[in-house]
Amino acid sequence: MTCKITKDSVVNATIDILKRAETQLPSDVINALEQAQMREASQIAKAQLSAILQNIEIAKEHSIPMCQDTGILVFFVELGRNVHLDFNLEDAIIEGVRRATESIPLRPNAVEPLTRKNSGNNTGIGLPDIKYELVDGDKITITVAPKGAGSENMSAIAMLNPTEVDSIRNFILTTVLNAGGMPCPPIVVGVGIGGSFDKAARLAKSALLRDIDPENMTELERDILNDINSLGIGPMGLGGNTTALTVHIKTAHCHTASLPVAVNIQCWANRHASVTLGGDE
Amino acid sequence: MEYHLTTPLSESDVTQLNAGDIIYLTGTVFTARDEAHARILEMEEKGETLPFDLDGAVIYHCGPLMQQIDNKWRVVAAGPTTSGRMSKMTPPLLERSNVRALIGKGGMQNVSESLKDRCVYLTYTGGCAALAAESIKNVSNVHWLDLGMPEAVWELDVVEFGPLVVGIDSKGCDLLSDVRENVKHAFSRI
Repeated sequence: MTCKITKDSVVNATIDILKRAETQLPSDVINALEQAQMREASQIAKAQLSAILQNIEIAKEHSIPMCQDTGILVFFVELGRNVHLDFNLEDAIIEGVRRATESIPLRPNAVEPLTRKNSGNNTGIGLPDIKYELVDGDKITITVAPKGAGSENMSAIAMLNPTEVDSIRNFILTTVLNAGGMPCPPIVVGVGIGGSFDKAARLAKSALLRDIDPENMTELERDILNDINSLGIGPMGLGGNTTALTVHIKTAHCHTASLPVAVNIQCWANRHASVTLGGDE
Repeated sequence: MEYHLTTPLSESDVTQLNAGDIIYLTGTVFTARDEAHARILEMEEKGETLPFDLDGAVIYHCGPLMQQIDNKWRVVAAGPTTSGRMSKMTPPLLERSNVRALIGKGGMQNVSESLKDRCVYLTYTGGCAALAAESIKNVSNVHWLDLGMPEAVWELDVVEFGPLVVGIDSKGCDLLSDVRENVKHAFSRI
């Protein structure tokens, strides 16, 4: 039989995935950092990666956030068409965020944009940011991706000339070049190509969620990754051959007269965690 | 070279350092971000006395995540924030105080001249908040909590805090800006 999804189960699941995302990195990210640590030649670059790996271990062991910038909270919800809810899903996720902010704890990062007044609990107008997608089935999958400001501030979007597809690579490289050491490299580069002004940005963000797998990259992604790593920015901008761990590109059809390209930069702490509720017991 | 230094730092403690050296620090560090920098400058402008002593002090660009249990503050996570935002406010700050070291991440712009013969900029690995928290043994004071938890000035007692890399030394060498120059050249070759 199909199990009922209650408000409490969504609140608790939200707290659980937040705790997991903030305190433990997915294994694909840790593997990529370990590989980088072995590859780096410079002593300073190696020291940065060792500190990062040690930091990840301490955070997991003590169950504390791996970075003091616990981010703004971005949720991706896959909602099964056959799911029936007798409560407001958004309210439940917001409630989970409020409680997790206190219990984990998370740094209160949400401020009103003009007065800069802090709400104190990581919620506010439009926050947490929740993106819904309808899918087949009778389950809900909730993913949270906390996003720090250091890397988010280095992200960029461009409406390129549609006849200049070759300039995409230049725009991505320039964005990474301008970011330098500020977004806490080694970074993960999420790219959205096509769609519209806002769609490209959403594609870029969701591209960050893909597992890091050198075997599962397109030729374009691999070429851009090699170009980025030949720049020599290195871990924390102190020099070295690991500036990015991976490049993930997502595309969507766009207007014949448009070529939107968004680059969402993510720090080494490519945090995310998911949970699935409902379905057959 | 690797150094183990104790605060308060003297002029010779910092002038011996070269860009690229690795430092471990023991003693007190003061967290200060954008709002705290602005308030320090504002108070000094008015001739008011700061509630903390910056003589030989170390400023840490950090907005920590703190927790108060039984009236006692505890550090949960305290990694460095982007120093670039404090670039403009740093020269006037150094003009009026004997701050000996700044710790942050990402580098600073146009501060080398102000650091000359008196102060260094150290980088701490960005995001390493749990590692930092391990070497912070005590929260000895907090000032200006009205600015909010991340923006307040926290006095933190640290032991062997590091690894810190000398990003800008007191002789004008700037490791991060050198890397940026090399990166520009590499970019022009692609």
